[in-house]
Amino acid sequence: MRVIEANDLTKRFGQLVAVDHVSFSVEESEIFGFLGPNGAGKTTTINMLTTLLNPTEGSAKVGGFDVEKQDGKVREVVGLVPQDITVDDDLTGMENMMLQAKLYHVPTKVARERTMEALSLVALTDAANRRVETYSGGMRKRLELAEGLIHYPKVLFLDEPTLGLDVQTRVVMWDYIKKLRDEHKITMFLTTHYMEEADVLCDRIAIIDQGKIVALDTPENLKDSLGGDIIELEFNNKKDDQTDTLKSLSQVKDVKKIGDTYRIKVSRGEKALPDIIENLLKMDLRIGRVSLIKPTLDQVYLEYTGRSLRETQGETMEVWRRMRTLRRVRE
Amino acid sequence: MIEETIALTKREVKKWVKNPFLLFMMLLQPIIWLGLFGKALNLTGLISVSPELINQLPPEVQDQIGMFLNQMISETFGGTTDYFTYMAAGILSITVLFTAMFSGMSVVWDRRFGFLNKLLVAPISRGSIVLAKVGSSVIRGMFQVLLIFSIAFAFGLKVGNAFGILDFLGMVTVLFLLSLGLSSMFLAITMQIKSHETVIAVANLLNLPLMFASNALFPIKQMPQWLQTIANFNPISYAGDAVRAFILHSNAGFDAAKVTADFQFLIVFALIFSLVGILIARTGLRKG
Ligand SMILES: Nc1ncnc2c1ncn2[C@@H]1O[C@H](COP(=O)(O)OP(=O)(O)OP(=O)(O)O)[C@@H](O)[C@H]1O
Ligand SMILES: [Mg+2]
Repeated sequence: MRVIEANDLTKRFGQLVAVDHVSFSVEESEIFGFLGPNGAGKTTTINMLTTLLNPTEGSAKVGGFDVEKQDGKVREVVGLVPQDITVDDDLTGMENMMLQAKLYHVPTKVARERTMEALSLVALTDAANRRVETYSGGMRKRLELAEGLIHYPKVLFLDEPTLGLDVQTRVVMWDYIKKLRDEHKITMFLTTHYMEEADVLCDRIAIIDQGKIVALDTPENLKDSLGGDIIELEFNNKKDDQTDTLKSLSQVKDVKKIGDTYRIKVSRGEKALPDIIENLLKMDLRIGRVSLIKPTLDQVYLEYTGRSLRETQGETMEVWRRMRTLRRVRE
Repeated sequence: MIEETIALTKREVKKWVKNPFLLFMMLLQPIIWLGLFGKALNLTGLISVSPELINQLPPEVQDQIGMFLNQMISETFGGTTDYFTYMAAGILSITVLFTAMFSGMSVVWDRRFGFLNKLLVAPISRGSIVLAKVGSSVIRGMFQVLLIFSIAFAFGLKVGNAFGILDFLGMVTVLFLLSLGLSSMFLAITMQIKSHETVIAVANLLNLPLMFASNALFPIKQMPQWLQTIANFNPISYAGDAVRAFILHSNAGFDAAKVTADFQFLIVFALIFSLVGILIARTGLRKG
C-alpha cells in the first residue's frame, strides 16, 4: 500500500521554485530518505506533506488522503519532528511531553509510559523535571525527537532528526527508529545531511537538488549506479584546466572538476590509477594529491549534486543555526 | 476540542505562573502606577482651595464653599473626591487592556519559534488554538485585577459605604467582559502579524489612544470635544464607569440606569468582538 504519494508536487515562493514537480511514492513501513544540500526543498516538501503549506501545483496523498482537500484527515495520521527546535522553553521536559500527548489524544496513562520510555531513550530522564530553558542545544533536540515518538503515528516525518546530536545518541536513535518501524509498522520519511544515517536507515533514498529529484533508488543501487570507482586528483599547477587532457585518456570514463579537484570516473580503479599517473607524468603534469575512492553514498551525492556534503552542511547553515539557538537562549 | 483547549490554556498559564520575575513585574507595575499617578498626581487636590483662605471667611460661607467645591469635584470625577480612588478604578481597566495586548503578542513568538507549526500539524481544531489564547488572556487579566484591587485597597482605596460582595462581583463581571472583547480583538490582529517589531508598533498604536481617550485616568468632561467623542465609543470608558460605580456604591445612591447601560454596551462589545475576533484570528492560521 502506498502511504505517501506525490505527483508533480510543486511549491513556489514568488519567483523561487523551492520544490519543482517532484513525484515519488513511499510504501507502508518503508523508511524513505530525502538527501540534499541546504535550500534543496526538503523542509518545504515535508511542510506540504504535513499540511503546513499548500502546494502551488501538483498534489500529494498521505495515508490515502489529499493533503490539500482532506488536511484534517492527514493530520490524524501523521507525526512530525521538525528541523527547528520548537519545544517550549518555559515548561519542563515532562510538561512538554504531556502537552504533546494531549495534542495527539494519547490517554494520560499510556502517555506517561511512553514518555518515560522516550525520555530514557534520549537520556533525559534526570532532566525531565527541569525547565527546558536550562537544557543544552542537543538536549532540546533530543526532547523534540522524544515528542515525535509519543503517539506512534501511521506516518512519521523526521526533518534532520539527528542534527547536532553526538555520535552515541545518533546511533541509539537509529536503532529506535528501526524498532518503531518494525514493531509498529510506522512509515518514515526523513531528511538528513548525514550520509551514514541515510545508508544505515533508509530503504530508499531520493537525492533532491534545487527542488528536483535527481536520483531515487536503494542505497545499494545508487552506489552501483556510479558505475565504478572514482579517482580524485589535484595538480600542482592549479591554474590550467586539465579536464580535456584527462578525458582524452583511454581509461577515463568521465571527469568532473569541483574546485581544484578532478573527479575521474573509472572502472577497476586499482588497475586504472597507475596507468593514468604514468600517462600524466609523460605529459609532464605534476600531481599534488591523488586518492582512489570506492563508491559510498557520499560519492553518489557528490555525483548528483556536484557538491560535497561537508561543504554544504558545514559553515553557513550550522553557524546560522547556532546563532539562532543563542538568540533563543537570550530572549 | 475542549480537552485540547484546556491543555493549551494550561500551558499559557504555566508560562507566567512559574516565572517569578514576571510575577514580580506584574506586582510592580500597578504599584508604580498607583503610587506615581494616583498618589503623586493628586488632581482633585489641585482644584481644592487652601484652608487658610477658607478660614478667613465667615463660617456659613466656609461651609457653603466647601460643599460647593466638593460637589463640583465629585461630579467631575464620577462621585469621588479622592483622585486615588478614581484612578485605581481606571487602572483596573487599563490592566485588562495591557494583559490582553501582551497575551496577544505571545502568538507572534509562538509563530517565530515554530511552536505554532507544532500545533498546526496536530490533529486538533484550529479553534482550540485561538480559544486557548483568549481564555488564558482572560484568566491572567482577572488574576491581575484581583491583585491590583487588593493592592489599591492596601494603599487607601476608599470604597463607598454600601460596597458589598455583589458590587465586587459586578466589578469583576464588567472587567471580564472587557477582557474577553479586548483579548479577542488583539488576537485577531496579532494572528496576522509575523514579526515582533511590527506587533510592538501596532500594539502601541492601539494602546495609547485606548488608554487616554477614555475616562480611566481623567474625566471625559475635561477633554476637548473630539476626544470626548472617541472616548464615548471606547469600551474602557464604559468599564471604567461601571467599575467606579460599583466601588463607590454608597447609601447616597447608585446610578443603576447608567450601570445597566454600561453593561449593555460591554456585553455587545464582548460578544461581537469575541465572535468576530476569533473568526478573524483563525484566518491567521491559514497556510501559505
Ligand atoms: N516561507 C518561505 N518564503 C520564501 N522562501 C522560502 C520559504 N521557505 C523556504 N524558502 C526557500 O525555499 C528553498 C527551499 O527551502 P527548504 O527549507 O525547503 O530547504 P531545505 O532543503 O530544507 O534546506 P536545509 O537543508 O537548509 O534545511 C530555499 O531557497 C528557501 O530559501
Ligand atoms: Mg530543511
